[in-house]
Amino acid sequence: MRVGLFIPCYMDAFEPDVGVATLELLERFGCDVDYPFDQTCCGQPMTNTGCHAESAATEALFVKNFSKFDYIVGPSGSCVHQIREHLTAIDQTDEVRAVRARTYELTEFLHDILKVDAFPWAEFPHKVGVHYNCNSLRGIGLASPSELNKPFYSKPKDLLSKVKGIEFVEPARWDECCGFGGTFCVFEPGVSAKMGYDKVSDHSRAGAEYIVSADSSCLMHQKGCAERIGLPIRFIHIARILNGATA
Amino acid sequence: MSEQPHGLIHPDLRSDRNESATGQDGKRLDHAEGASQPLRSKSREKQPRGAKIRGDAPIDQSEAANRFIAATEHEKMHDERLWDLRKKRDHIAHGIDEWEELRELASQIKQHTLAHLDQYLEQFEAAAIANGVHVHWAADGAEHNRIVHGILADHGAKSLIKSKSMLTEECGLRPYLKGVGIDVIETDLGERIQQLDDEDPSHVVVPAVHKMRADVADIFAEKLGTDPNNDDPNYLAEQQRQATRPLILAADAGMTGANFAVAETGSFVVCTNEGNADLSSNVPPLHIASIGIEKLIPRLEHLGVFVRLLARSALGTPMTQYTSHFRGPRKGGEMHIVLVDNGRTARLGMPEFWSSLKCIRCGACMNTCPVYRRSGGLSYGATYSGPIGVILDPTFNKRKYSALPFSSTLNGSCTNVCPVKINIHEQIFAWRKVLSEEHEIPLLKHAMMKAAGEVLSHPALYRMAVGAADSALRHLPRFLIYNPLNT
Repeated sequence: MRVGLFIPCYMDAFEPDVGVATLELLERFGCDVDYPFDQTCCGQPMTNTGCHAESAATEALFVKNFSKFDYIVGPSGSCVHQIREHLTAIDQTDEVRAVRARTYELTEFLHDILKVDAFPWAEFPHKVGVHYNCNSLRGIGLASPSELNKPFYSKPKDLLSKVKGIEFVEPARWDECCGFGGTFCVFEPGVSAKMGYDKVSDHSRAGAEYIVSADSSCLMHQKGCAERIGLPIRFIHIARILNGATA
Repeated sequence: MSEQPHGLIHPDLRSDRNESATGQDGKRLDHAEGASQPLRSKSREKQPRGAKIRGDAPIDQSEAANRFIAATEHEKMHDERLWDLRKKRDHIAHGIDEWEELRELASQIKQHTLAHLDQYLEQFEAAAIANGVHVHWAADGAEHNRIVHGILADHGAKSLIKSKSMLTEECGLRPYLKGVGIDVIETDLGERIQQLDDEDPSHVVVPAVHKMRADVADIFAEKLGTDPNNDDPNYLAEQQRQATRPLILAADAGMTGANFAVAETGSFVVCTNEGNADLSSNVPPLHIASIGIEKLIPRLEHLGVFVRLLARSALGTPMTQYTSHFRGPRKGGEMHIVLVDNGRTARLGMPEFWSSLKCIRCGACMNTCPVYRRSGGLSYGATYSGPIGVILDPTFNKRKYSALPFSSTLNGSCTNVCPVKINIHEQIFAWRKVLSEEHEIPLLKHAMMKAAGEVLSHPALYRMAVGAADSALRHLPRFLIYNPLNT
């Protein structure tokens, strides 16, 4: 199984550890992983701002980099959502459609494709609150959102529950948006930050030592917000826990 | 809150007052009530006002939202009050096994009706005329206002009592009638508060939800002569009732909107919790109903689907207190229906945006929206606010409301609570594209995206930006995440 490792641009710049953990994790399960070095971004910053024409060249580059793989796997539901749902600024050739259909978020790939049932090396003896990026939750269905009258499921929680010592806490508004919202946090910083303060406070009240998520972008926003209001809560990407990080 | 020696402090003096959750008896309150607080905090926070309106210049929602957030007591109350409605909605909706099928059914009924709107409108008109109703057609808000004025003038009417109607807000009826010397009295309590304060409604269902009890006490003290130091909601509601009843009894004409209009019967339905629509329509001899053409449903049997969804989605209650059916004028009275387009047929022709016409104005998308709850409805500077507002408002004025679709995180919760399954967040996304292509987004924003697109499509430039030791070059991915308030 040839897997193309898709590492979002902000993660490449600020959280390379998550990229490394994703690579190691996929290799532990026998995937033949390659990292196309010429990759940059999924195009989301431009399309979320309505600038689809400005996104076209970036989208074309993504397809060029990843067309030769059986699967494309990235540790960010938000960026994967962009590829699957919104990579539409370029002609929808067979190649483009195939790349879009084969792109998976890491936890859904582990859960649905590899059907992983154990992480023997993983141990995380901490209280964690799970945060869902909204595109991951309501866009590509990593878990069932609270609004819908449907049976609850959560792929990230399914995987995390196989980690030794982990304990879940439940914030009151567990799937309310944290206010990151892509370029929203740049163009509407006041509301964005207030949502972030409320989000980390909610997890803190629930007793979380860590907020864990399958998306680093939300976590980076929340980390800044927690530091701003002086909450001693910590943040970790799910890939690192599943790969055996203990703190 | 911090741990205080609560035993030493009289409960009324504790600082952790919570307006919305419980009453004096410790029981949970319904939406229209509030807990009585006999004592006030010493320094009272002023109610933040809405967006600054400067002609057709783009509304700066962000600026108004920042002022709302700075009023911390109001923001907290507003967020919690509306989140409470969202929780009640979840609770009651999740108690109905077929909830998701009901939403789908409602969505399909609306889609069918909108696809055959011309036929259903003609059917409705014919049936209404047969019921003895006068039917008028208004192409836009101005024509609607002229028609209403004409009917009132024909009857020599000088005062009009009305129940809540977003359509009349859209048309600007109240200021228009004021200009021609007709007194308008709103009978919905929240709407009356807003009228007395000369403010637009901030929410489609709970128009004064952004106000605290003390704000209302101030307005009533000034306008109705009540005790400014008494902000007990029972007292305030009773004072308003006493002040408004004589006006209702003496009014020359009454007006309602409509929640649903039934094509086969020519009848219409108004849902309220206060019974004010019944007063407005039944006390004076003349009843005018303003109805947007998208309110049609084909048959009476379809009403059951929508009535089950409406109050549950809006307030988390099984029904509204009153579901009033109007078919024709009562003996000796006269009934007029004004069917209003005001941009609706144009919207019906927009492939990406027509389904917003399915909206039944329940406000569920506003209650769940994390941006709306923290910004207040008036920050949008438009008739409609929150998620449904940001997709409706640009159809009225593309330039003025060009920034509104950016006041969203695209989290999608609005779409999931919508009882008629409007893909609200996808339409917000689609509006951004339209506004960008039509150059209705700020040049700076566009230039930033152009620069980002340039770097992100060239691996060598990108590697330089990300990998360079010089931190100044790391600016690009950084600006995608951080603002001055989360760093």
